[in-house]
Amino acid sequence: MPDNVTWLGTPAFPEAARTALGNNQLRTNLRKATGTIRDKRLAVTGELADWEQLRDAGAALKLRTLRHLDSHLVRLEEAVTKAGGTVHWAADAAEANRIVTELVRATGQTEVVKVKSMATAEIGLNEALAESGISAYETDLAELIVQLGDDRPSHILVPAIHRNRAEIREIFRGAMGEWGRAAPDDLTDEPRDLAEAARLHLREKFLRAKVAVSGANFAAADTGTVGVVESEGNGRMCLTLPETLITVMGIEKVLPSFADLEVFLQLLPRSSTGERMNPYTSMWTGTTEGDGPSDFHLVLLDNGRTATLGDEVGRQALGCIRCSACLNVCPVYERTGGHAYGSVYPGPIGAVLTPQLVGVADKQAASLPFASTLCGACYDACPVKINIPEVLVHLRARAVDEKRGPVPSPETLVMKAAAMTLSSPRRLGWAQRFGAIGGRLVSRGGRIGRLPGPLKRWSDTRDTPVPARESFRAWWQRTRGEGRS
Amino acid sequence: MTEHANDKAGTSAPVTAGGAPAARATILGRIRTALADVPASEQPDDVEVPRDYARSHAGSDHVALFAERVADYRATVTRARAREARKVIAGSLSARGVKSLVVPDGFPADLLPDENGLAVLTDEPPLSVRTLDAAGGVLTTCAVGIAVTGTIVLDAGPGQGRRALTLLPDYHLCIVRSSQIAEDVPEALERLEPTRPLTFISGPSATSDIELDRVEGVHGPRTLDVVIIEEP
Repeated sequence: MPDNVTWLGTPAFPEAARTALGNNQLRTNLRKATGTIRDKRLAVTGELADWEQLRDAGAALKLRTLRHLDSHLVRLEEAVTKAGGTVHWAADAAEANRIVTELVRATGQTEVVKVKSMATAEIGLNEALAESGISAYETDLAELIVQLGDDRPSHILVPAIHRNRAEIREIFRGAMGEWGRAAPDDLTDEPRDLAEAARLHLREKFLRAKVAVSGANFAAADTGTVGVVESEGNGRMCLTLPETLITVMGIEKVLPSFADLEVFLQLLPRSSTGERMNPYTSMWTGTTEGDGPSDFHLVLLDNGRTATLGDEVGRQALGCIRCSACLNVCPVYERTGGHAYGSVYPGPIGAVLTPQLVGVADKQAASLPFASTLCGACYDACPVKINIPEVLVHLRARAVDEKRGPVPSPETLVMKAAAMTLSSPRRLGWAQRFGAIGGRLVSRGGRIGRLPGPLKRWSDTRDTPVPARESFRAWWQRTRGEGRS
Repeated sequence: MTEHANDKAGTSAPVTAGGAPAARATILGRIRTALADVPASEQPDDVEVPRDYARSHAGSDHVALFAERVADYRATVTRARAREARKVIAGSLSARGVKSLVVPDGFPADLLPDENGLAVLTDEPPLSVRTLDAAGGVLTTCAVGIAVTGTIVLDAGPGQGRRALTLLPDYHLCIVRSSQIAEDVPEALERLEPTRPLTFISGPSATSDIELDRVEGVHGPRTLDVVIIEEP
């Protein structure tokens, strides 16, 4: 399966994380940003006394959707078609890219404006369009920073979270001129000035755009209503001004009914940007005469989602509403940043989604379920109660099973030996006695440091205290024991 | 395995004539295989959804709450009685220095200021994007307000116009009648017609993209004024 979810050539998580941890600027930027958003989220979720009931309802609605996904999609297709839209189905990234490219070609245009969309990032749409000579302009501020900086996104909601204001100013000054209107010479690093520079840079593009490409936060199966939740107004520009609108949506984003939005419009803004409501939400149903695009296409994307759905434990990851609260509370994400995950979906949700979308046979993706301390902060923060630790452990087992070949790995042998030792009190007693002697031989100052040979990889990253001269069991037997127990 | 739903696509967009019906059958087939554990007798509504969350988080005075919550987004809110509304609107426009004002079809004539020096632009025939971009502001009514979240919802009805009118001018003055204000999100959605083009507006355009801190003013109107007309 062509894999666009992960970035080719990214090393497995442990190696990528090691590099990221050496970057002090990155860690400072992340600490500041995630700290800010954590406080805001807690303040606005704390305002609602029934927050837990809302989470329960959100989780149940997602379960209801997923257990009958086929019927909801067919209903959605019917409603969108009836309202004047055209529905397309794409089994994988290549097919989705082909559909979008040909739809753009049919308009005769060579440029499109884009609303930030995880689905189009996942399928590598911009690159596919570029190959056909079509320029795709990202219009979300953070996506613009990433695009101008020839960078990769590192966060679901704020793809440029790894950049601070001074770095953003340098990117704008260096690259805006190549893409269109240049940044003013006296651009400061005040967020207000940076936002103004983006406004001026993109204005021309919005006013002449004939084709827009968007994602979707949801689509209601009963009415065919599609929605985009945003802040800046770039979404409204793209959804309103062009003649043709192409929306790429993961199949799991469908909701049974428009009324279900009463739950998600409360959960999503408070969990993502920590606001009671995000500045702008646009909803449209097919096309409307004289208002907005006259041609609307909805591309329903599978690309690994049905494979995820087939895993009874893992399927809950498809309930994700892309709020990114789990990233902001994750101690691992806060230290390594998003790039280390090597995927458009970083952080805890990425660690459960990416390996399922691309399969655990992919070595890099298979390393992601291990990128967690299993502390559970993500589960507590998730507005739709995805039990991320449960799925992580489940995927760890799948990753280990996948690796199981005819020749057992050293890890397997060690685990087998441990199981044998721990299952017999006599063997455990022997192991403890030898461990105490052996440990003292290789220790320094009460700690066992780096060891040679097969133990090197384990001992390189952690010190182990020297085992006590006498184990608890041996002490008990010596002082209180009455013969063999 | 039906290709029925793509008949339309086949005629209007040549791209889907070949691959799409196959993809549709493939995806629906994969979903059914993936959901083999779901009993065939189970209907979508059989999956229980607990609905014990509150229908409203507003207190006793939801109009006051609406005013407070809209102002939290750094929008300016004025409450006015019906007979003084026109004067308040004129005052806001002159305070903002608006010289050319877009007024959508169906805006109540009795609220429209007749100040000298204010050029009123109507959308009939439709204004070009350049004209809208250059306009000093836009004056509209709304469909629904949401008190708890401080949100205004436009549905392109009378006095609101098509969506571009409230997007391109840098200043938006929105008139909300107190009876239009719903207490919370669930009530607001019940009041709306889903199939109309809907725009939920909570304060002026803003971004959290730089260091996750909120800054007002990106692509949408950078200034939002709201006048609440108190109805008995």
